Amino acid sequence: MSENDGGKPAFSVRTAEIATAAFFLVLGAIVIFDSVRLGMGWKDDGPQAGYFPFYIGVIICVSALVNLVAALAAARKKSAGFVGVGQLKLVLSVLLPTAVYVVLIGWIGIYAASTLFVALFMRWLGKYPWWKVVAVSIGNSVVFFLIFEVWFKIPLPKGPLEAFLGLH
Amino acid sequence: MDEIQSLMQGFAIALTLKNVALMFTGIILGVIIGVLPGLGGANGVAILLPLTFSMAQSPGGTTSAIILLSCIYWGALFGGAITSILFNIPGEPWSVATTFDGYPLAQKGRAGAALAAAFTSSFVGALVAVIVITFLSPIVANFALEFGPPEFFAVYLLTFCAFVGMSKEPPFKTLATMMLGFALASVGTDPVTGTLRLTFGSTHLLTGFDFLIAVIGLFGIGEILLTLEEGLAFKGAQAKMNLKVVLETWKELPKYWLTSIRSSVVGCFMGIVPGGATPASFMSYGVARRFSKDGDKFGTGMVEGVVAPETAAHAAGTAALLPMLTLGVPGSPTAAVLLGGLLIWGLQPGPLLFVEQKDFVWGLIASMYLGNIVGLIVVLTCVPLFAAILRVPFSVIAPIIMVICAIGAYTVHNSIFDVWMMLVFGVVGYVFKKLQYPLAPLVLAIVLGDRAESSFRQSMLVAQGDMTVFFSNALVGSLTGLALFLLFWPLLALLIARFRGR
Repeated sequence: MSENDGGKPAFSVRTAEIATAAFFLVLGAIVIFDSVRLGMGWKDDGPQAGYFPFYIGVIICVSALVNLVAALAAARKKSAGFVGVGQLKLVLSVLLPTAVYVVLIGWIGIYAASTLFVALFMRWLGKYPWWKVVAVSIGNSVVFFLIFEVWFKIPLPKGPLEAFLGLH
Repeated sequence: MDEIQSLMQGFAIALTLKNVALMFTGIILGVIIGVLPGLGGANGVAILLPLTFSMAQSPGGTTSAIILLSCIYWGALFGGAITSILFNIPGEPWSVATTFDGYPLAQKGRAGAALAAAFTSSFVGALVAVIVITFLSPIVANFALEFGPPEFFAVYLLTFCAFVGMSKEPPFKTLATMMLGFALASVGTDPVTGTLRLTFGSTHLLTGFDFLIAVIGLFGIGEILLTLEEGLAFKGAQAKMNLKVVLETWKELPKYWLTSIRSSVVGCFMGIVPGGATPASFMSYGVARRFSKDGDKFGTGMVEGVVAPETAAHAAGTAALLPMLTLGVPGSPTAAVLLGGLLIWGLQPGPLLFVEQKDFVWGLIASMYLGNIVGLIVVLTCVPLFAAILRVPFSVIAPIIMVICAIGAYTVHNSIFDVWMMLVFGVVGYVFKKLQYPLAPLVLAIVLGDRAESSFRQSMLVAQGDMTVFFSNALVGSLTGLALFLLFWPLLALLIARFRGR
């Protein structure tokens, strides 16, 4: 995968493996910590709330340690690229707008946000002429509005635009 | 024959105009979902699940709802073959083996033959599995009626240990994601004592993590991010599909009857064992290559090389519903989502379903026969249409799929926080997939976590903390023993390999 247009790797598989194993280790520690707080032993009426999660946390930590050791033991030289710089840019160029999109859903409602999101995507990454961008992005939101609000009667988040159009 | 009679009643339920219409809708939606990158059986069903909430409340509505959702599943299974053969992109993990001979066939200009062979053998595999379900599931359910908490926990244990023992991914990675699933499942209110666990004062976490959000994020967003890396364009072969090609292929297919039978058996067996569809397709491809007289030509575009994995994958995908219905233990992520649907509609999956919800169970089983017939007709006639969807540029399809995923995540609990969680799960899914952390055990653990935990705690309560309860009789003992064997299988395999090496 990384050989084609990806260019030089942004960081190696080894780094990614180590980071992921560390992530699991922290998670396992959190689970153990909270289970101990809740009580992981027995009371008169049976096992306490932390009884089962405690062992889950222990297994997470043990497997994370094994994975961490395996990642550390892997030769530094041989490690392939996890993601190329070009690929990472492409992935982030989708991920970041999506994050902004989710913020916008809360502010201006899902329909207006979706219209902007699809439009931006088509214009920026697809380089479509404006009339196509406008037609597809608005058409898409109208179709979803009809399916959810009209047909299935499932209300989705709406914002000032819908209030202005009296669609609440 | 009680089963035949029950099945006939099931057909009477499934063959109403409304339910047949739902079958067509489900299959068409399913194929579209299977063809689109980023949408597959599991997250497609998860996104559409909220649409069935109101449907399931009317009398008999749960049967209609499960027919719709299971047909989406069959459709997605069929759709996976289209992308594998025409575009060399496996839509689902179990379609990977189909690309080995399917794509070369398409390059040779025999795409139509490859597709016709794939669809027909999918149908055969599914049919065999449905027949197995029809006759085996009442027996299994009857047997499981006697199960107590220790037996159920042993079944859960077997399910999860099978993942460790049988997946291609490193065992400790499987273990790590699986336990992450259990940890996520325990977030929220403890079902037994009512205490809050792992919420750390956050009100959003009170109800815990919903597995539907996880499925949409892990399989949907994660998959789109992966697809993006490959660039924004798909290059695919043209499919020429007409009656002549289909009939010619059908004339050729009976030659491979032995391969079909072998693959169906492998598929059914592996499907009942959890996580089986993907290994089943590979195994069946390998077996066919070894036994075929043209074995050395496999990989260059042999019809037989399409028949083998497709039959097995469909048989396994269908057979995965058997443990879901009879024991409440799903064999695949999609079966897990269907199980989640059952729970939301207020049905309790497990052996009692066969006693208390006869109409539902037999309606579903009958719809499996009909749904696959409908599916075969739809895909054979509409392939060019579905392939056209993939020719829509990714810069248009990708944002629309993102929007669909966001809406799907929102509608589960009407919460924007869930949409954020979906995005987080998407990044997690992307990284995990690249690092070979398997996602299926993670999803299954989120779904089954609470039930596995309560059966464990109940067994412990009865036995006063004595672990030997899991070996207290022959049944539970052999289940636990088999589970432990599978759990330690990677280690044993390593030792055997070492021993032989010396």
